[in-house]
Formats: sequence, C-alpha cells, structure tokens
Amino acid sequence: MNVISPPSPIVKSVKLSKLYNNHQVVNALNLSIDAGCFCGILGPNGAGKTTTLRMLVGHCPMDEGELSVLGLAMPENASLVRESVGIVPQMDNLDPDFTVKENLFVYGRFYGIGSEELKIRTKELLEFASLEEKADCKISELSGGMKRRLTLARALINKPKILILDEPTTGLDPQARQAIWQKLRELKKQGLTLILTTHYMEEAERLCDRVIVMDQGEVMADSPPKELIRDEIESHVLEVHAASEELVARLKQDKSLARYEKSGDIHFFYGEKLNEALDRLEQGEHDDFLFRPANLEDVFIKLTGRDLCE
Amino acid sequence: MNKFAGTLLFLSRSTSIWSRNIRVWGKLAGPSLMGNFADPLMYLIVLGYGLGRFVGQVEGMTYMAFLASGVICTSAVNSASFEGMYSAYTRMEVQQTWLGMLATPIGVAEVVFGEILWAATKSVISVGAILIVAALLGLVENIGALMILPVAFLTGLCFSSLALLVTSSAKSYDFFLYYTTLFITPMVLLSGVFFPIDTLPSLVQWVAKVLPLYHAISLVRPLMTGGEITSVFMHVFILIAFGSVAAFIATCKIKKRLIK
Repeated sequence: MNVISPPSPIVKSVKLSKLYNNHQVVNALNLSIDAGCFCGILGPNGAGKTTTLRMLVGHCPMDEGELSVLGLAMPENASLVRESVGIVPQMDNLDPDFTVKENLFVYGRFYGIGSEELKIRTKELLEFASLEEKADCKISELSGGMKRRLTLARALINKPKILILDEPTTGLDPQARQAIWQKLRELKKQGLTLILTTHYMEEAERLCDRVIVMDQGEVMADSPPKELIRDEIESHVLEVHAASEELVARLKQDKSLARYEKSGDIHFFYGEKLNEALDRLEQGEHDDFLFRPANLEDVFIKLTGRDLCE
Repeated sequence: MNKFAGTLLFLSRSTSIWSRNIRVWGKLAGPSLMGNFADPLMYLIVLGYGLGRFVGQVEGMTYMAFLASGVICTSAVNSASFEGMYSAYTRMEVQQTWLGMLATPIGVAEVVFGEILWAATKSVISVGAILIVAALLGLVENIGALMILPVAFLTGLCFSSLALLVTSSAKSYDFFLYYTTLFITPMVLLSGVFFPIDTLPSLVQWVAKVLPLYHAISLVRPLMTGGEITSVFMHVFILIAFGSVAAFIATCKIKKRLIK
C-alpha cells in the first residue's frame, strides 16, 4: 500500500501577480513552501503580504501566474483547499452573538462536521487554547489575547494541514504574545505547515524556519532567519544618538566601517569590529551610543528602506 | 462530483448559515416575538376598528379582514427587508461574520442563499404570529389560511433578495433609507394594503401591478377570506422572478465586494 504524504511543495506559485487600480501589489511572485515548514513573511505595510495570503485561499482573484495549494490548482479548487486550511485573520471576526464554546461549534458546522465529533474537538481545542474556564463566556468578556487564542482554536476546528496567520499577535501584550508563540510551536511540532505574516522581527526570528522579506510585491530575501542576518548584513551595528557633525566625521574614519546611515538624529555605523570608532567614543565625552550585534530588523531596514511606507 | 451531489452540498452549506442565524435569533426570541405579535395587533385593532366604522365593507368583507391580509404581507416584506439590510450589513461589514464563513469551504453564493433562506424564515415567523392574532379576532375563514405561510416564505425570499441587492452596494446603514423611503413605503401605500387599488388612476394601478407586493396580497387575501384565487401561477412567477434576478445580481456584487 502506498503511503499518501502531503504533496511537496505544499504551496507553489509561479509568476503570481495582482494589480489593484494599475498598482502592482504582488509582482511575479515565485514561491515554494514545503510541508512542515514554519514560514514567515515580513514586509512593510502595502508590501503585498496579506494579498498573497488571500490568494492562497481564493479570497482574492489572481491577475496572472499560477498557484497551487496542497497540489490543487487555484482558484478553481478554492473551496476544496479551504477544507484543509485554517485561517487566522488580521482582524478578529469571532461571532459576538455566541459564547466561546458556541463559536467553535457553529464554525465547525460550516465545515459540515457532525455534532458528536464537534463536541470532542471543541473540548480539545478549548484545552489547547487554555480557555476551558471561559467556555461559556461571551466574546465581549474576553481579553485581546484570549480572543486571539480562540481565533486560533477556531482555525484548527477542521484539523487543517496548513495554518495561515495574518499578523496573529499585533496589539497583544508580551505575555499574550508569548502564549500564542508557545501554541504555534506546539502546532509546528505536530507537523502542521504554518505561514505567518508579522511586523515583529523578534517573532519571525524566534518562530520561523524560513523568512521571506517582501517589498512592493516582490521577494527581497528568502532564507532561514540566522542566515539572513549572516549573509545580508554586517555583523555589528553602532548606534550613536545626537552626535555632533565633527564626532560623526571622526567615527567615519574607522577602517572597518562598511556602511553608514543616518535616520533623524541617530547615526548607524555598520561593520565587523568598529574598534577604532568604539575607542574614540569611550575616550570622548559623548556617551549616548549603543554597540550591538546586527539583528533581523537591521536586515529588514536594509532591504526595505528607512522611509515610512505610507 | 455530479450535479445532484453538488446541489445537496450547496443546500447543506446554506443551511449551516441558516442554522447559525436561527441560533442567534433563539437567544433573543422573546423581544423579537413580542414585536411580531404586538405591532400587527395594534395596527389591526386601531385601524380596523377606527377606520372600519367609516369604511364599512370592502370587496365584500369587513375592513378589518381586508386590512389583515395587507398587514400580513407588509409584515413579510418588512421582516425580510430588515434582515436582508440591517442584519446582513452588520454581518458583512461590521462584524465581518461573512468573511469568517468564507474562510471555510463555504462560498459567497452559499452565504447569500443561506441569508435569503433565513430572512424568508423570519417572514414566516412574523406572519405566523399575525395569523394567530387574526384567527383570535375571527378574521380567518378556514384552515386553508395555513397556505398563507408558504406564500409568506415566497414573499420573504423575494424581498430578502431585493434587500441583499441593496446591501451589496451599501456603504453605511443610512443608505437603506433610500430604499425604504423611495421603494418600500410607496409600494406598501400603492399595493392594496389599506384600500383596493382600483380606486387609483390606471397608470398608478399598472405600476402597482408590476411590483411584487401586489402579487403577494393577491394570493393572501383570498386565502384569508376563503375566496377564490385567480392567476396563481402569474403571482407566484412574479415573486420568484423578482427574487431570483435580485439574488443573482446580489451574489455577483457581494462576490466582487468581498473577494477582491
């Protein structure tokens, strides 16, 4: 007997494009995501992240290119694909007329799942989301973090193979965010394929096996987060705040300096060691500076620019 | 998948939308039912007794009996319209309930059809309430009046489809006032709810006969009074025609609005 394994890649797009009012929101995107991967999509607002996610489930008509999800051509098979996909949207759309438990139950009915089976799944998911005590509460009585956990639980009611999360932790406090992260790691362990967009670099760095940086509808970089930091950017950053022109000029003379940027009154010196500049600062009077290893945010800024994307 | 299985799947998904809505209604059934009973009761008693004194017999029946069938149809229209506009808009735009549904295998057409079914069910509930009131007031001739319930359902299907068509282009709740003020109210005044339309100029009569409410009333009034129904097929056809064309366009427009 053949063992049926999920098709690999589980998501594949070729030259996928989307135009809104003659503006190229997604531009000839080639994407290939393997089963079991935890893939993060980063990008400034308007980079095309949400549009890409929407196309994956048939919530956005594609203008050009090809897309297959779970080996099925899209958008023809959108309904079939959604049977095996869970979606955590950017904006909560829980049903305010129902209790926590009812939200899971009624949502399961939309998949045509029988009530007996749903009772079992509802119980399991309430436990998974740590919401057992809130089972009979109204949605309006839940905190932001609880609502997100319920939305996550709801997205799992159909036992999906792929979970799509659009900014799942935006607006949550650190504890609530950590709680969501922990749940997502658990799901990854169970073999789920996760695709997430986020504005939090730390989130992508901690959770994802792979980070795709998008800007203006195109992929700017695509690697595991550690490799991105290693390959795309100098190892260290020296941030000097509110320094005089003269001091900046002298710091720039450091021979190991690879790149310099200024944003507002902060001066960024990128390089490997920056010993000379550091010595100079330590000997001088100016003490408002920070020397640190480069992180994903530096990569992100380098790739997508410092300007506000509005 | 063959056609039969496809249709069955479509219906079962639409029914899951319908049962979601009835579940919500169940939570607030008390005040909702009170409205269903109290409103028509007041209309019937106040207008029926008050005006009835002056009017006497209309088309061979008491004014209250004449009015009852009109009030029944108006109630079917209002229930379905309210559900198709204010409630549907809330689920589409404010609560984004529909987007949640569309994240499951359910498609836009199934959501729209589920909403239409539900709104028509609300028409049946409110008409059922009035029928009980009318029967208690002795305005119902015989058991045949139960056939009014399927007519109420049909009227609900027709007017919820029209309402959803309005909703599909609505930007806010205020938009619905155009439809109620410019379409529903004049239609109710002209379709023979309060007086027989043959007193109107022939051009106005002609306009009234093109609109669906007149046809609903033409079916309901004889059922209430045990009279003979004429041109059943034409009345039913017009209600279905308005409903299906509106439902089709509404589905296309809502698809464009949500799947973009």
